[in-house]
Amino acid sequence: MIEYLVPVLATTLAAATPLVFAGLGELVTEKSGVINLGVEGMMLIGAVAGFAGGLHWGVAGGLLCGALAGALAALPFAFLTLSLGTNQPATGLALTIFGIGLSAFVGQYFVSQSLPGLQPLIIPGLAEIPLLGPVFFSQSWVVYLSWLTFAWLAWMLARTRWGLILRAVGESPEAAHAIGYPVTAIRYAATCFGGAMAGIGGAYLSTVYTPLWVQNMTAGRGWIAVALVVFATWKPGRLMLGAYLFGGMTILQLHAQGLGVELPSQLLAAVPYVATIVVLVLISRDRKLLQLNLPASLGKPWIGN
Amino acid sequence: MQLIEPRANPSRTMRWLAPPLAILLTLLVAAGIFALLGKPPLQAFYVFFIEPLETSNGWSELLLKASPLILIAQGLALGFRARIYNIGAEGQLLLGAICASGVAIYTDGMEGAWILPAMVLAGAVGGGLWGAIPAWLRTRFQAQETLTTLMLAYVATYLLSWLVSGPWRDPSGTNFPQSILFAEPAMFTPLFEGLRINASVYIAAALVPVFWLFVAKSFMAYQLAVGGEAPAAARYAGFSANRTVWVSLVISGAAAGIAGAAEAAGPVGQLTLSLSPGYGYAAIIVAWVGRLHPLGIVLAGLLMALIYLGGEAAQVSMQLPAAISWLFQGMLLFFLLGADAFVDFRLRQRKEVTA
Repeated sequence: MIEYLVPVLATTLAAATPLVFAGLGELVTEKSGVINLGVEGMMLIGAVAGFAGGLHWGVAGGLLCGALAGALAALPFAFLTLSLGTNQPATGLALTIFGIGLSAFVGQYFVSQSLPGLQPLIIPGLAEIPLLGPVFFSQSWVVYLSWLTFAWLAWMLARTRWGLILRAVGESPEAAHAIGYPVTAIRYAATCFGGAMAGIGGAYLSTVYTPLWVQNMTAGRGWIAVALVVFATWKPGRLMLGAYLFGGMTILQLHAQGLGVELPSQLLAAVPYVATIVVLVLISRDRKLLQLNLPASLGKPWIGN
Repeated sequence: MQLIEPRANPSRTMRWLAPPLAILLTLLVAAGIFALLGKPPLQAFYVFFIEPLETSNGWSELLLKASPLILIAQGLALGFRARIYNIGAEGQLLLGAICASGVAIYTDGMEGAWILPAMVLAGAVGGGLWGAIPAWLRTRFQAQETLTTLMLAYVATYLLSWLVSGPWRDPSGTNFPQSILFAEPAMFTPLFEGLRINASVYIAAALVPVFWLFVAKSFMAYQLAVGGEAPAAARYAGFSANRTVWVSLVISGAAAGIAGAAEAAGPVGQLTLSLSPGYGYAAIIVAWVGRLHPLGIVLAGLLMALIYLGGEAAQVSMQLPAAISWLFQGMLLFFLLGADAFVDFRLRQRKEVTA
């Protein structure tokens, strides 16, 4: 049983990592009061840019290219919603459609190429702990990077002046503006940060998780990341939990037939999407919990005065 | 550092100018992309927008592609007016196609003029039910319809994939994941010899005036619009917010389902994985570019169908990937939203006042 559990848990962490990056990024964007439904598109753009970068500069270069491309992809969205005050859901949707097209267009040059992938970085000492070692400390360094990013963000949001300003902008742009904070500039930064994180998530997919480019390879992960932010009630810790739950779901679905579940593979593949709906329902029925944590100005355009 | 300021009154000129302006800007950027790729822009425009319309086959294909887009967008526009964002019409379309194909497969070998209407009805019911799920989730549990409709679109894709590779796979065919070819009573007949255009385009043509009448005359549509423009006023007037959600999602789902049924029984003639080239997503843009107005949607639907055709032509004659039409669709929506901002806002004209 243990021999079976360890690889399942270890691959769960790897499968969840794109969701961790993209979800944490969207969480920061939403904390500033902006909802960006373009995560799927930014992830795809990050994936194709990451693959291109990975061909030349290895995984680290690929992730950097993905981050840069994701942040750039967020710019037109930021300009439209923040400088021109357009409808945020619609603009995000446009970004997703644009991203699907752009990534497929650029990606045509990379079809049928592949990257070497990444060897796990086994942490001496810790990796020898029974059960925990092989699950947590024999991962690729990108997975460790995702934990560091999480720790840094959780600390920054809760404990620093920067986090406070970000939350103030999301709760009440009028008040933040009155005290003298540049609301629009902060929202630009938060939106581009979200784009960069989505880009890293996409680049992780195309350089580490399945080191090749496939059209539409994110397969809805960007949308699941958006749903995870709601599930997390805008709290980084819960977001991690949610991401790993979903990572587990994608992996279990691969192992289900081995475990004796007699369902066709196509229906099992639909399970994460059904689970997203179930999770949204469970969290949305608790109105108070959502209202309490929802950034008060989320999705409302604010054009300075 | 603010770029824009509110207008005293919304600009009517901008409201009508925004779609042509967005189209023009998209074309300009497209020309830039073509030039970058080393394709002469004028030749590319010719391939993209003129060549497809030079043959009767081109017009037949244009109408075939425009009718599902128009039909779905009419339904979506109802909801968008009420700020109910159904972005999973693709899933409702697929469910419509699945249900219609079910009728075709189980009546295979039978005769009767009732089969085709039964298929369209099954499509409407299937799409409507797929739209009813997010309506129930929204009204009962407050789950956002944007995410639930989209997740259900993914579920529908896998459902389709399971059916055509499992229980409904053509037993006599090769191993391709597709159903049997439908028999004659389960297909729309071509209108002209040698062209694919068939009677299914009449469905869209007949439903456009229905939607127009509904939007212009019905009290229900008025309630939907008030619910979107002024939710507080709608509540005060006693309009049910839940009914708004149900009507928007079920009608748009049913319209998408009919479009799916018409695809399966029309140009495709069987249930396959590649039944829809993303009509459900493109229809969102069609609804917006068409100003959520039934007639505007017809024009926008024809334009979007042309973008699809152009994409196919560019693929064949210029070796550009078909995904380029997604790129143009995204840009078109970007530019439209940007141009729309100038309906209520104008470029900032006041000088900074220093206190």
